[in-house]
Amino acid sequence: MTVLDFEALTNSSGEWLKGVGPESDVVVSSRIRLARNLDRFPFPPQTTDAIRGEVEAVLRGPVAEVLPPGSMGYVRIDPLETLDRQFLVERQLISREHSEAKGPRGAGIGPQESMSLMVNEEDHLRMQVLRSGMALDECWQEINRVDDALQQQVNFAFNEEFGYLTSCPTNVGTGMRVSVMLHLPALVMTKEIQKVFQSMHKMSLAVRGLYGEGSQAMGDFYQISNQMTLGKSEQQIIKSMQQVIPDVLEYERRTRREMVKENRPKLHDKVSRALGILQSARTITSEETMHLLSSLRLGINLGLIDGIEIPTINELFIHTQPAHLQKLSGSPMESSDRNAARASHIRSRLAPVEPASEGE
Amino acid sequence: MKKCMKCTKPATLHITEIQLGQAQVVHLCETCAQKYLSSVEVGGIPSLELDDDEVSATDADDEGAAIEAAEVEEESSTAACTGCGITFKQFRSVGRLGCPQCYTSFHDDLLSLLESIHQDTQHVGKCPPKTSANTLRHHELMRLRSELKSFVERENYEEAARIRDQIQTIESQTPVAEDAAG
Repeated sequence: MTVLDFEALTNSSGEWLKGVGPESDVVVSSRIRLARNLDRFPFPPQTTDAIRGEVEAVLRGPVAEVLPPGSMGYVRIDPLETLDRQFLVERQLISREHSEAKGPRGAGIGPQESMSLMVNEEDHLRMQVLRSGMALDECWQEINRVDDALQQQVNFAFNEEFGYLTSCPTNVGTGMRVSVMLHLPALVMTKEIQKVFQSMHKMSLAVRGLYGEGSQAMGDFYQISNQMTLGKSEQQIIKSMQQVIPDVLEYERRTRREMVKENRPKLHDKVSRALGILQSARTITSEETMHLLSSLRLGINLGLIDGIEIPTINELFIHTQPAHLQKLSGSPMESSDRNAARASHIRSRLAPVEPASEGE
Repeated sequence: MKKCMKCTKPATLHITEIQLGQAQVVHLCETCAQKYLSSVEVGGIPSLELDDDEVSATDADDEGAAIEAAEVEEESSTAACTGCGITFKQFRSVGRLGCPQCYTSFHDDLLSLLESIHQDTQHVGKCPPKTSANTLRHHELMRLRSELKSFVERENYEEAARIRDQIQTIESQTPVAEDAAG
């Protein structure tokens, strides 16, 4: 079993934050997850630690085996300190539910943080693959391969009518959740985002914040995902997402262009002030950080800010969160100390650059 | 997942009513929410009654009673799953099933729930490697028929004709003999 090198993790970031994939001006990352359960055991939320332990023992070998070369390996989550679990949640390597679940549980973590296989989350196995930008086909190929490999070794609960059986009936069938993380600052500023919510709702797609279910849309990040998992094939679900997302991307881009056209100086001022505060603040809350980083990311994408790369900003969104700051400093910190540490970390990453030209 | 306070569907609308400074949250499915919203007069007292229990929303105790009343006990709610022993009623209160066997034990109750969540009740996606050829063929046909329907709805007759041909090709192939049920 692997012991996680938190220090190395703290000073790096996952492939999906690199900001390199297709449509990366708006699409941060693509993610597909599959829910699977062993056929002879009760689901994790409704059972005892002894049975969770048996499930963990059955799955840990096969999970470690299917991880691709270069993986970080299989880690037991239950013995970890709260701070370490929170760190993995901020990193999106495990879910909040998995961090807070009871009893024996673990996670297989793939290369460059692009894959994680959670054992004893709400289902016996929750597998996810993440990629930068719009890359759902690649996510599916990879997760399908891992699922095939696991099915050579274990029997998953399945029936011909309802498909793969899951703890919550909202996931039954394919057990698949396809989601795309979008950065939509222009639609938020103009309040047009409400229209996106409405049209997504009509198409039975869910819109959630950065950390999934119940989380707030920090930094203007929104996850759009399918809600229906039964009655459609995996390819159909992916295809319908691929048909819907480009419209949202175009809507955001058009709104950005209109904002620039209508009042470039005002927008330039806004994003430059955001950079100014981030480069000089001595104490800053997580909320303000998210808000300003979002403006800054927009400014870079519109060519209003030079000399700062998108991956730097993407990384700051994650590295300025509470558990990351505490891991960076090497000790637990109170909220006020975290605000000072956050400001200091941001200053070090955003060393002043030449201001962009005033060109119209 | 909360369930609708008036029927068995999952609640998708969560309405907070404020009456005389008292907040009351109502969880409803889309259909019941429409009925509810059209029945409550502006500034009037919303009543949670489904059939004949008239309830005053300003009384917190009555509110609890209303929720209880809405959770009308179905006969099947007391039957336990043969695999893990939970009842359908217990499932409704926690929103999570106990074990894979629950899908068989509560089959009929789950059908209407699945229909309202997914607008479908038949899996047509990936199957385990040992799945029989007939099942795969059956799923493929189900999937194509639902595609055909959606192309016809969108008046895309060219694609619809292509799907129809695919369905006919599959149907013309003799099913594998091992099990004729299809």
